[in-house]
Amino acid sequence: MKFSHAIVEKNVVILALLTLITVSIGGLVQIVPLFSIETTIERVGGVRPYTPLEQMGRNIYIREGCYVCHSQQIRTFRDEVERYGPYSLAAESMYDHPFQWGSKRIGPDLARVGGKYSNDWHVAHLKDPRAVVPESIMPTYAFLASRPLSVPNIQDHLKTLRTVGVPYTDDMIANAAADLKAQADPDADTSGLLKRYPKAVVGKFNTESPELTEMDALVAYLQMLGTLVEFSKLQPEDLHQ
Amino acid sequence: MSVAVSGGVPITAARPASREAYVEDVVRAFTIATMFWGIAAFTVGVLIAFQLAFPALNFGLEWTSFGRVRPLHTSAAIFAFGGNALLGTSFFVVQRTCRAPLFGGALPAWFIFWGYQLFIVLAGTGYLMGITQGKEYAEPEWYTDLWLTIVWVAYLIVFAGTLIKRREPHIYVANWFYLAFIITIAMLHIVNNLAVPVSFTGTKSYGAFAGVQDAMIQWWYGHNAVGFFLTAGFLGMMYYFIPKAAERPVYSYRLSIIHFWALIFLYIWAGPHHLHYTALPDWTQTLGMVFSIMLWMPSWGGMINGIMTLSGAWDKLRTNPSLRFTVTAVAFYGMSTFEGPVMSVKPVNALSHYTDWTIGHVHSGALGWVAFVTFGALYYLVPVLWRRKGLWSQTLVEWHFWTATLGIVLYITSMWVSGIMQGLMWRAYDDMGFLQYSFVETVAAMHPYYIIRGMGGILFLTGAIIMAFNLIRTVKHGQPLAEDRPAGLVAAE
Repeated sequence: MKFSHAIVEKNVVILALLTLITVSIGGLVQIVPLFSIETTIERVGGVRPYTPLEQMGRNIYIREGCYVCHSQQIRTFRDEVERYGPYSLAAESMYDHPFQWGSKRIGPDLARVGGKYSNDWHVAHLKDPRAVVPESIMPTYAFLASRPLSVPNIQDHLKTLRTVGVPYTDDMIANAAADLKAQADPDADTSGLLKRYPKAVVGKFNTESPELTEMDALVAYLQMLGTLVEFSKLQPEDLHQ
Repeated sequence: MSVAVSGGVPITAARPASREAYVEDVVRAFTIATMFWGIAAFTVGVLIAFQLAFPALNFGLEWTSFGRVRPLHTSAAIFAFGGNALLGTSFFVVQRTCRAPLFGGALPAWFIFWGYQLFIVLAGTGYLMGITQGKEYAEPEWYTDLWLTIVWVAYLIVFAGTLIKRREPHIYVANWFYLAFIITIAMLHIVNNLAVPVSFTGTKSYGAFAGVQDAMIQWWYGHNAVGFFLTAGFLGMMYYFIPKAAERPVYSYRLSIIHFWALIFLYIWAGPHHLHYTALPDWTQTLGMVFSIMLWMPSWGGMINGIMTLSGAWDKLRTNPSLRFTVTAVAFYGMSTFEGPVMSVKPVNALSHYTDWTIGHVHSGALGWVAFVTFGALYYLVPVLWRRKGLWSQTLVEWHFWTATLGIVLYITSMWVSGIMQGLMWRAYDDMGFLQYSFVETVAAMHPYYIIRGMGGILFLTGAIIMAFNLIRTVKHGQPLAEDRPAGLVAAE
């Protein structure tokens, strides 16, 4: 039987089905194996779920659209590694809902900004970027420093993240509200927090307000970016994808 | 002031077989919405372009800061301007090429119109208040996404239903593209936006995917928002409005078939070229690159099919305002679909990625192709829909054409220069083997190009305002078409 395209042109259902099949193939081939091939995410230690305060800071980062100007993905080039640090691993964003790799560097990459500047620098810079970097074109985010961080349902946030695959334990969820406050409270006992979330940066981030502010959350997030994996201890085979 | 909008050889029969009238009020509403959202999108684009040159224009307010307004610009351009153009023209084209009124009549069509406008307003106001999923071009939160899904399913039903009750034996090629656009956007939208809300009374949700898989799914979505929303749908427009205005059949029927199937098959693979040299596994990146290069062929096949349709009617480019825009659009389409595969080659991408070159590339497609083909369709549609002999002013069309073209040239050339310069500065080393430039030096170097780009945007916006003025005058003061049949019963051609 000779195939004639007229068959397709005369039947809406056949046209629609063939179209759906045709457009499905590429996505199936490229996406499904990323979930099934075990080495897609490198087996490196150290990556943990975000602390409640970091996660809330991350939500502010998303809310303000930081990703439209800042990437969080260092490519495998000499100049990028020298400028920003070791190239980004898939493992480092495995708990990122959503990923924030970005697509444009109007500002610099932030994948490893954690620990590069002091808390005070971040607060001053976010409040008025040009006071710190005169050529900067970043908007000012002074309102973050005075706005209290209000998350009455922090447990629900962690539970929702657990639903989508972030391994928050019952212990982490039970202590979410306390951990949220403790991380930015210099007087708090943070031993439990640090056990649950190793390497978390603790202390008052925004010293200009005694309250827990949105600025505290955002700076807490920025200060941990790219700090979880110990690159000096990695072997090349750990990075095999 | 004579415009070839009526008469001539009908490419496909253009009136319903019975005395039923086409559903046209809603197409008129989509036409007005397209103009309105276009000007809104261009205005916001000009604002954010100048914010990058003069950060004081962020006004120190959270609602007007670049990070919140930039998604407003991209969504307004793609979904509000482009979306209304696609929905409106698809309803116009499907009725005429099927010789059947819309399936379900006017009511479902009005639901789709107002439902879609509500989606735009919900999304846009959300961005300004900081409600976003943080995924490019998929920023609307879960409840807005759900609403769009409902509207989109209604759209699919009305469109496919009209195809089913057609009075023509064949489904016209423009409708293949529209149908593929509707089906594929539904697939992409649903998968990429899978999310779990924190609470059903709150706006915040967390996406179902994380990290590298989320990145792949996002750019599978993102690149095919370009491929199916901004390309396949607009190719549907090309396949109707160019033959119609040129009064010539499509250049090659066989090429249309190859163009269609090759384009929709290949496009979907191209997403990973947005993720070269990242933590996405190499095999996926390579697949994305290879398919992006292959995509060049159907893209140019389509371009040839569109442009060659003018064979024997080239003189109409001088006199027909609609054709001038649609054919220039196809030329820009050819240019940006050549540039795209080049940029997807990994070593080129190493330089171009993260820079303004990408932004320039996007705008040669968005301004040159999407907006120009839409302008062409609007210049065709308004006299037809409002029963006017022609446009109010041919001179203003000239002004629109040249201001907009000059605007695009300023835009894309400034972004080429700034993008390549930025990429080279990032990787420049001094004699001692150190990085030569700090990041902020590369920011400062962009300043003049950001201003030139903004000027290009002002020109493009000015052109659109000229068009809106001309079209409004056409509706209000244009010469009415002589009525040769009872008004309202049958639609004009």
